[in-house]
Amino acid sequence: MAHAEGQQHPISMYLKIWGLLFVLSTFSYLVDFYNVEGYLRWSLILLFMILKAGLIVAVFMHMMWERLALIYAILVPPVLVLVFVFLMTHEAGYTFVTRGVFFGGP
Amino acid sequence: MAPPAATSTGESLARPEGWDGIVADWSSDQRTFKNVPWGKAMMWIFLLSDTFIFTCFLLSYMTVRMSTTVPWPNPSEIFALHIGGQPIPLILIAIMTFILISSSGTMAMAVNFGYRHDRVKSAILMLVTAAFGASFVGMQVFEWTKLIVDDGVRPWTNPFGAAQFGSTFFMITGFHGFHVSIGVIFLVIIARKVWRGDYDRGRPGYFTSRKGKYEAVEIMGLYWHFVDLVWVFIFAVFYLW
Repeated sequence: MAHAEGQQHPISMYLKIWGLLFVLSTFSYLVDFYNVEGYLRWSLILLFMILKAGLIVAVFMHMMWERLALIYAILVPPVLVLVFVFLMTHEAGYTFVTRGVFFGGP
Repeated sequence: MAPPAATSTGESLARPEGWDGIVADWSSDQRTFKNVPWGKAMMWIFLLSDTFIFTCFLLSYMTVRMSTTVPWPNPSEIFALHIGGQPIPLILIAIMTFILISSSGTMAMAVNFGYRHDRVKSAILMLVTAAFGASFVGMQVFEWTKLIVDDGVRPWTNPFGAAQFGSTFFMITGFHGFHVSIGVIFLVIIARKVWRGDYDRGRPGYFTSRKGKYEAVEIMGLYWHFVDLVWVFIFAVFYLW
């Protein structure tokens, strides 16, 4: 296919990614099922989340075959959200402490 | 009126790659996103804005959950189902996750068959995707009914713990379920067009009056995969936290 229209990839690739997403979802479910706690729980949940999101965006949404101009225009702004996460984590911690002081909570 | 000029997306031009490519694409005094139909670029930009909406919801959820002094309800127990007298934690949510992933798989294949001009396979796979989506919404209705009627969860109170659980739960899953419902409706509309052969004959679109092309299936697919993508984050931070 010299001038293939749009995004054309073998079906088997989609099936493999589909299977991989199933495996990753099962893993994240098992984290809850076996009551993994603490930092290990968090790292596992976030790891599986990032891997699944990455596979969906890269392969199913064909992002890995797009030009860099589009990839960066779409994927860089959500990364800046991490700054917002950082701010709100501290805000929440401050509110929690303030409530403890004024309402006599834990 | 002169016929509209054929839109060249510049596939035939050799363009630089890497950082040189970014500079060349943005400074070319033409459309920035080469090789991408405008509809697809606009869908990506819409999805970016939708990302920020869901980000705001999930961040406010994170903030209220971290700042409350009342214990947060345990989602693992609340969303457990009793199967054979045994409570299985989060099983409904796990099934919903697998259904949505499967619908993403069928959607990806529908896009592929669309570009191969295999309109029957493409339309059938889109209808399968819509059926998965509809069953997902059905399970969500079941979940909401159980929580509202049986457990008495309200946006302002619930019997398990922190009151913010109800408001964030209904807001986040409700907004996501709304996205899925809209997606199902659009899947059926596009599947009908594919089935009828609109994109083989280049039948003009209702709103745009532009020649229909199979890229519409891919644009539909982008939206659908995004809905799945959002669920990945909701599943991780709302149900597994």
